[in-house]
Amino acid sequence: MARMNIRISGLGGQGAVTAAHLLAMAANRDGKFSISNPFFGAEKRMAPAESYCRIGSERIYDRGELVFPDIIMIFHPQVITMQKSYTAPFYDGIQENGMVIINTPTDLLNSEDHETLAKLNVTVFNHDATKLALDIGKTELSTNMAMIGACAGVTKVVSIESLDGALQERFGKKFVASGGTASLDEAIKKKYAKKNDLIKANMECIKESYSRAEEWAAKQDNLQLIEV
Amino acid sequence: MNKPVGTQKRIIASKHVKLGQKNAKGQTYTDINDIFYNTEQKPVFFTGSEVIKEAIRRASVGTSVAYPITPQSEAAALIGELYAEGYLDEYFRGESEFAVMGQCAGAAFGGHRVFTTTAGPGTLRAMENFPMWAGSRLPIQVCVTCRGINSPLSIQPDTLEIHYLLETGMLVWHAETAQDLFDYILKGFIVAEQPDVHVPIAVCCDGFFVTHTKDTVELPSEDLCLTPYDPYKSPVTVMDMESAPIRMMRDPFVMKSNYISYATHASWQQEVQSAVERSRKHTIPMLDGLIDEINTDREVLVVASGTAVSQSREAIRLLEQEGIKVGLVKIKTIRPFPKEEIRQATKNAKHIFVPEFNIAGWLAREVKAILPDNERVYAGPHVAGGMTMPSEVIAEEIKVHLGIKPSPNRRRP
Repeated sequence: MARMNIRISGLGGQGAVTAAHLLAMAANRDGKFSISNPFFGAEKRMAPAESYCRIGSERIYDRGELVFPDIIMIFHPQVITMQKSYTAPFYDGIQENGMVIINTPTDLLNSEDHETLAKLNVTVFNHDATKLALDIGKTELSTNMAMIGACAGVTKVVSIESLDGALQERFGKKFVASGGTASLDEAIKKKYAKKNDLIKANMECIKESYSRAEEWAAKQDNLQLIEV
Repeated sequence: MNKPVGTQKRIIASKHVKLGQKNAKGQTYTDINDIFYNTEQKPVFFTGSEVIKEAIRRASVGTSVAYPITPQSEAAALIGELYAEGYLDEYFRGESEFAVMGQCAGAAFGGHRVFTTTAGPGTLRAMENFPMWAGSRLPIQVCVTCRGINSPLSIQPDTLEIHYLLETGMLVWHAETAQDLFDYILKGFIVAEQPDVHVPIAVCCDGFFVTHTKDTVELPSEDLCLTPYDPYKSPVTVMDMESAPIRMMRDPFVMKSNYISYATHASWQQEVQSAVERSRKHTIPMLDGLIDEINTDREVLVVASGTAVSQSREAIRLLEQEGIKVGLVKIKTIRPFPKEEIRQATKNAKHIFVPEFNIAGWLAREVKAILPDNERVYAGPHVAGGMTMPSEVIAEEIKVHLGIKPSPNRRRP
């Protein structure tokens, strides 16, 4: 039985919840078993928000906070620098041969962190997702798309085609969410004349991020990720 | 009480006059057995909130009253969408949960099928109305998406509020997954509205773990819907101030302190309790038993309800990898409580673990109260206040209690 557990730590408003749902929806479209759920306090932008996506070859019952992740995605540097995460350190519970993807242009870890992670053969991918989102999507609200693309590019746990389908499903039709999510949805939709333009820009973010992550992964010699 | 009921014969088929006819939305009024067992079910990948909407789309609900409280707000808003599309006759926002439940009672007295949702502090705020519904024999359904009820405020999952519902005279069912939730909502209406039951039902699920989790759920066609509620099936007359038993409230003999008054109230309470027990014979074929059993011939068992069942399934899988064999009893209905079924399922067990998402351990107490040799029951592990219960924690606690060496580090076994 193969299973990949992905923990996403971000800040309220960054789309961490949407990201986990999209990954799970894409995996489901790929014919895999998946389940995703968020965890956050009463709605507040910039407060810690986490989401979890489990993808596997068999039916998954496990839900709730992911204590032993294989992949950790950090959507905002403050998760690390200001300890805005539900675990301390942010990589607590990471499994051997795991991976951490951090949205940052620079290294945010200290030597102790590097040492601990190296012992577990956990690779760290510093990926400037927000810059990529601004360059391609023209909005930092697409950061979550760039992070999803990076995750897919390295792990191959979901296909580009399924991510495309999941995006259409999430943004193509009316979606009722909590007040905060709804207003962010509206904000991003206003940036584009048509819904299709929004989906297209997001997809371009995902694709560019996917190929950059693929390139990065090809250069690593110690990547031993779980295959699902 | 507790007579064996076969699960093969499904619930008595509907003889509703509208069976086979189409409603204004073009849906065909269909017997519940056909909806679930004789038509194609298609998989979707939805959150629990979306699943509540899909259940209500097919439930021929007359009135729904909404009031926002996390984690049921999205479901309540989605039912508003259904109203806008013309699936419900009435939908509005109440002034508070207390008002909502009163308004639900009014709609149910008027002969509507009524559905509402609440959670945590909302459930407690509404509490007085639940035994009122039961005493008035109103088959209202409330979906309770459990969350913390304590101060300081928590919006996270915690099942303590179910404990408060146990003696309200309502049926209380506890869904494990979004699939359960969909099934229980539709089947719940049918069971609660049987003339020999006719009491309210709380369909409970764990907030976030079900409501905000995307999972695969199989749904029947949206062209089918339940036959509408038939108010003439009510075992009591329409209750108003001129009819018994409500009328009795203004009659001196009930409101006074005398033995006739006590006997009246006591017998009515007994009747409500009996109605809850009588729901067994309808529920057993509908839910395929009040409990599910997996490998209950084993010496170590987990007995659980709700998300604790899901986490236990994973814990059992982890333990199996280490050669430790554990069986599982999933409790689907908390009221009526499946006493005889649990006794039978656990009769060979030496150790019975009851993991729970609340600080009180009320399910362990319920289980202990009905079992012989109840020192076999281990009340735990517990988490509370919105904490997750990782399957690894359940596995470790079982090992520690059994005197098996725990795993050397906090890693996946």
